[in-house]
Amino acid sequence: MPSPADRTYSNSHEWHLLQGDTLTLGITRFAVDALTDVTYASMKPIGTKVSAAGTVGEVESVKTTSDIYSVCPGEIIEVNKAVADNPALLNADPYTHWLVKLKITDNTPLAKLLDAQAYDKAHPVH
Amino acid sequence: MLKTALNSYHHSQHGKMVDFAGWEMPLTYAWTNPDGSAGGGITAEHVQTRTSGGFFDVSHMGRLKVHGRQAGKLLEKLCTRRVRDMKPGVCRYALLCNAQGGIHDDIIVYRMDEDDFLVVCNASNREKVIAHINAVKDAGGFVASLEDQTSKTAMVAVQGPRVIEFISAVSQEIPGLKRYTFAVKNLLIAKLIVSRTGYTGEDGVEVILPAGMIDMAMTMIMKKAPEGLIRPCGLGARDTLRLEAGMPLYGHELTEETNALGTGLDFAIALDKEAVDDGEAFVGADALKRSRDSGGPPTKLVGLKVDGKRSARQGMKVIVGGREGGVVTSGAPSPTLGICIAMAYVPSASSTPGVQVEIDTGKGDRLGATVCALPFYKAPKVKV
Repeated sequence: MPSPADRTYSNSHEWHLLQGDTLTLGITRFAVDALTDVTYASMKPIGTKVSAAGTVGEVESVKTTSDIYSVCPGEIIEVNKAVADNPALLNADPYTHWLVKLKITDNTPLAKLLDAQAYDKAHPVH
Repeated sequence: MLKTALNSYHHSQHGKMVDFAGWEMPLTYAWTNPDGSAGGGITAEHVQTRTSGGFFDVSHMGRLKVHGRQAGKLLEKLCTRRVRDMKPGVCRYALLCNAQGGIHDDIIVYRMDEDDFLVVCNASNREKVIAHINAVKDAGGFVASLEDQTSKTAMVAVQGPRVIEFISAVSQEIPGLKRYTFAVKNLLIAKLIVSRTGYTGEDGVEVILPAGMIDMAMTMIMKKAPEGLIRPCGLGARDTLRLEAGMPLYGHELTEETNALGTGLDFAIALDKEAVDDGEAFVGADALKRSRDSGGPPTKLVGLKVDGKRSARQGMKVIVGGREGGVVTSGAPSPTLGICIAMAYVPSASSTPGVQVEIDTGKGDRLGATVCALPFYKAPKVKV
């Protein structure tokens, strides 16, 4: 299934969806497949200031622990509690189940990200 | 990348293939459940093995034939455990140590016949083990020869509480095998070795067979089994299964620098075996005796039950009594126990069950954990 075309993608496998100055962040299907079963997701609390390419939290699977990055600087304004309570949601649908929302102060880093087509080409899910 | 005889099978089962010690191996598979839904994945494969049966390709492991008039004597010199008192049909877990008492590899030795042995070693250590065996053989002038049979044979493990019950339907002999014994089945010109061994903590068998016979064996195992009784499981589940079963993995719990006496594998180390008839002091024994006589190993391998949902990972420091004193060697959320578990080396004085420690995540915070005895999980006895 192709990745949604309404957002942009980093090579560290986060998706970024910008609406006004609110950036919604999640991880891609490729990331979920690479991590294998996600067992734990913990995001930094609301109000945390994040620098460009800073971490917003971490996701763990049976095999490994992986930090989650935001390409844009800003402040965490919302954390998806449903995912924290039930990380398996990410295994089922990583594009519906976002991780955090940030009020960003600079959206220029988004221009460097990949669109869905380029991302899927670079990181095919088999 | 090297490919096992089962490579096309893995692809046909939608294996998620990864490079493991130079071999293209399945980390996990994507099954289709009987109801058509997507199945597989590390946790599902783990549960499959704990509750029914899992099929693992372990052909990447090294299979080395050691034979000749002094093959037994050579292996006695190499292994931390008695070899020459084994009867044909018996296999035994042992360590190969370096001169400092560190660990080259952990292996299983099969005694095929008086002067004929098979050594099964880790994929990542095969070249090293071959070089080590040859070096000890040449230095001691042992009359023995070594043949690497890895690529011309295949090896599969079938593990789980319902495996022996299934095998009973096709064989009377195999279910009668005791743990760590094996039977050799001669099929035309081909030889099949079936041992009651495994690396999951479950009952089951491991089968070594000529690579060219693998299709026939797969038909026997997978097609004769009722739907869902046995499913393919990848290296991911193999890792979490062995972790729950408290079994060490080379590169994690065992390394060249690991003091063999701290591993908890005492059953596999006979320090004074030269004292018995046809015993032989093994490589590394002197260093280990010195360690024993000077108070024992400074650190010991223990189990840790970790507080909370975050997992400890290999390399994280263990804080004991406020001081850095140990290191995590493996860690994962345990599918069977529902908590995070880990193995770690901690100072011997703090290795008793119940001791509270902390794990430094390396990200500015710590996880609480409690030392516990290994294994974390023991299979309930099943009557067949």
